[in-house]
Amino acid sequence: MNAQSDPWTLAIIVGLAGVTVLTRCFFFISSKSWSLPSWAQRGLQYAPIAALAAVIAPEVLMTQGQLISNWHDARLFAGAAGALWFFWRKGAGQAVLGTIIVGMAVYLPLHLGLGW
Amino acid sequence: MFFLPGNYRHPEFRQGVLDSLSVAPGIAAWGLMTGVAMMKSGMSTLEALLMSVIVFAGSSQLAAIPLLTAGAPMWVVLATGFCVNLRFVVFSAHLRPYMMHLPLWQRLTSGYLTTDLSYVLFTRRYPAHGGNSAQMQAQQAYLAGNCGINWVAWVGCSVIGVVLANWIPTEWGLGFAGILALLGILCSLASSRMRLVSAGVAGAAAIAAFALPFKLNILVAIAAAVALCLTLEKP
Repeated sequence: MNAQSDPWTLAIIVGLAGVTVLTRCFFFISSKSWSLPSWAQRGLQYAPIAALAAVIAPEVLMTQGQLISNWHDARLFAGAAGALWFFWRKGAGQAVLGTIIVGMAVYLPLHLGLGW
Repeated sequence: MFFLPGNYRHPEFRQGVLDSLSVAPGIAAWGLMTGVAMMKSGMSTLEALLMSVIVFAGSSQLAAIPLLTAGAPMWVVLATGFCVNLRFVVFSAHLRPYMMHLPLWQRLTSGYLTTDLSYVLFTRRYPAHGGNSAQMQAQQAYLAGNCGINWVAWVGCSVIGVVLANWIPTEWGLGFAGILALLGILCSLASSRMRLVSAGVAGAAAIAAFALPFKLNILVAIAAAVALCLTLEKP
């Protein structure tokens, strides 16, 4: 459509797919038998929620690498509304879907309408 | 994986699909905006399509785009992708006992398709790995259903984003739906005090260490949260 494709760039992209496989499979590529020490196994059960919080917090609370100083930010209200919805509806099915929909229903008007 | 009859005919496959469907709109919006970002960066349509279809890792794609358009050497792009993906190395240690009964090609395919969300949903449903072959089969079927929907939503919408890049405005911030999907899953995991501690520590550490290159703040945050939780745990 626009830019010319470069074979070298295509090769790098194939390499990146290889990096995805290598990192996601890192500890189960080799079939040598070993197991994690039990403290590490216990510790890893805290990893999933930590990973999510580590990705989310900067995306909601930072702008241009700085902690936001202004509460006029659509992301704060959308995140709060989404979380409230989740804990209100958590017994019902598809509460996560509700978090996305309610969050965006708060985010879009504030972001597009008020420019927050 | 999802193309194996033993997996897609299993009842747990359906559960994996259902759990994944509830976050799919967020993944889809995120994939869409990643597709748009690739085209707006000046990549060619073929390059953007190839990346959408095979790389299957949003954060490493977004990190690689500026390097590719600036003509960085291959090893720099690959090393950056590796560092941004380091959290998956941690996840792979966690997933190892769930995977080792599979032949190598199935381990590689399952691992390749298991993104952050599939990993989190999978370990939420199965806190312990299967003790017998029926349980292990059920776990793989769940993972297959989960990853299958995730793959279709991400890759499908990335491709749509590449094709329709000129008509989709980036300033709307539709990609925020992806963050809301992660937030919903985070809420669903927040079932014990120690997990709340883990989330709080990781969130604060990720912000404090934000200046680190290659998104290493995420790895630092996971390490800090896990280490602190292990120290606080009752012996």
